Amino acid sequence: MIAYILRRIAQAILVMLVVALVSFSLFRYVGDPVATMMGQEASIADREALRDRLGLNDPVVIQFASYIGRAATGDFGISYRLQQPVSELILSRLPATLELALISGFLAFVVGVSLGVYTALNRHGWLSNTVMTTSLIGVSLPTFLIGILLIWVFAVELQWLPSFGRGETVDLGWWTTGLLTSSGRASLVLPAITLGLYQMTLIMRLVRAEMLEVLRTDYIKFARARGLSNRAVNFGHALKNTMVPVITITGLQLGSIIAFAIITETVFQWPGVGALFINSVQFVDVPVMAAYLMLIALVFVVINLVVDLLYYAVDPRLRADRASVGH
Amino acid sequence: MSRLARAWDSDIAWSFRHSPVAVVAAFVALTIILSAAFAPLIAPYNPFDPASLNLMDGFTPPMEPNQFTGNTYWLGTDNQGRDIFSTILYGARISLFVGFSAVLFAMVLGIVIGLLAAWRGGWVDTLLMRIADVQLSFPSILIALLIFGVARGIIPPTMREEVAIWVLIVAIGLSDWVQFARVVRGAAMVEKSREYVQAARVIGVHPIRIVLTHILPNVMGPVLVIGTIGLALAIIAEATLSFLGVGVPPTQPSLGTLIRIGQGFLFSGEWWIILFPSIALLALALSVNLLGDWLRDALNPRLK
Repeated sequence: MIAYILRRIAQAILVMLVVALVSFSLFRYVGDPVATMMGQEASIADREALRDRLGLNDPVVIQFASYIGRAATGDFGISYRLQQPVSELILSRLPATLELALISGFLAFVVGVSLGVYTALNRHGWLSNTVMTTSLIGVSLPTFLIGILLIWVFAVELQWLPSFGRGETVDLGWWTTGLLTSSGRASLVLPAITLGLYQMTLIMRLVRAEMLEVLRTDYIKFARARGLSNRAVNFGHALKNTMVPVITITGLQLGSIIAFAIITETVFQWPGVGALFINSVQFVDVPVMAAYLMLIALVFVVINLVVDLLYYAVDPRLRADRASVGH
Repeated sequence: MSRLARAWDSDIAWSFRHSPVAVVAAFVALTIILSAAFAPLIAPYNPFDPASLNLMDGFTPPMEPNQFTGNTYWLGTDNQGRDIFSTILYGARISLFVGFSAVLFAMVLGIVIGLLAAWRGGWVDTLLMRIADVQLSFPSILIALLIFGVARGIIPPTMREEVAIWVLIVAIGLSDWVQFARVVRGAAMVEKSREYVQAARVIGVHPIRIVLTHILPNVMGPVLVIGTIGLALAIIAEATLSFLGVGVPPTQPSLGTLIRIGQGFLFSGEWWIILFPSIALLALALSVNLLGDWLRDALNPRLK
């Protein structure tokens, strides 16, 4: 068990080092940092001085080591475009993205599991068929079109909900939240649906498939033979056993949600990290791009690691397998 | 029997004739592809010829005469008086060009890497598949965005406009090769241990020749399926990148660019500027996707 955990952590660190190398190469070789930071008028002596101060004359290995060292303390340099520390920029926008991603993930999970269970239990009902067909169209629709469609219907035609921004936010010092004001909550509705829809259909299809599989097994037949109520069989036995893979996939999807927030944030002009990243790509703002890459990689690696360890903790069969191999 | 008659009688053709979804999807996809390919002949106007544009014609609703000039356009005009129907045809041309090129690039790259991994095995295989695993755990749109950003940084600003479309193709292609490589590797591993390959080896056929003429044709089935679904994904990826404003330059608007332009007019009530390009994009992506699904089922012997 401990060996397994250590191996997984070592793998995670290795992936992070590779991503750091990519991020460092971006920072170092894409464009000339000195030219970008000093502009056209600087003298050659000034350029050399800055080059020296930035450590660009050191051997590459030392530069990489110091890049990792600075990244570990949260120092990603200064944005070329906005002339502010990258870490400040990202931290000021992180709450908006995380709030949106967590709400969408929660929505996708709750609605996805309920619809999945319903369509599995009423396999041939008309409502199930409608839901399944609609979900097929939902998967084929690009995210940005879903967002635009929602804006058109609910913001332009019906005028129920705002179409852009976060609404009023409350500053908690280290976190800004839109959940405490009514305009903030209203602003969250459309982006959260847009972002969560794809994951929702994914979870729904997964739950349905797993449920159908489990409902066919002998222990479910046995539970019915024992005369347990439908409710106990469906929820106590069947659903419980489908949840392990579902939780794994949902956990892994959380990373995708944060990445796909780029698109949703652009459609709804949501002031999050994704919108910052898109701007940095447009203006070739390399420090922001490099930092975003590290941040997303960290999120993915940590989620992957946690899900793997949870899986191991939740499913006793994995432990039993390993133990029997050991003997 | 002639070639055509034999093709008509083949399993694939039979399954195609008996699948209404596939027939409709193929019809829609072919209509869009052909009208995009022959856009200069079909389009009533050339939307990118400034001489033929009349700003007075701007914001003409579909099927209604313009209040100043009295001109009528099927699908209306945008803010600059460009005929929406013509911009869609020209836009679909660019979307399809980028989509096809990106998939072709991803396919070739994936086949080469997959065959290499399967044939060489050992550390080459481990290394290539590890890279594939890491890349697969990130969403491909993110990878395409990153490659696009890096390429913009490397290419001097004066050349960015000209090469933007090629950068886009490479970015989408590089973000999408993993699926091909994994499938080709898996299929090639199976074929590699078959007797006909061993026989070819024994009689001294050159390894490269074995891979190209014996193994490759036998792994092309699944590659075609992934290629078709990959085309739909590439078209959507291109539209998404262009919508985000990091795709093709505004001088060559694709369907995604048209949707980006149209979004601004949604609030002022000019719904047709965004609606029709969106429908075109959706019809294209959905029909190609359904064709891919059908092809997957038709080529899968286990489902028969």
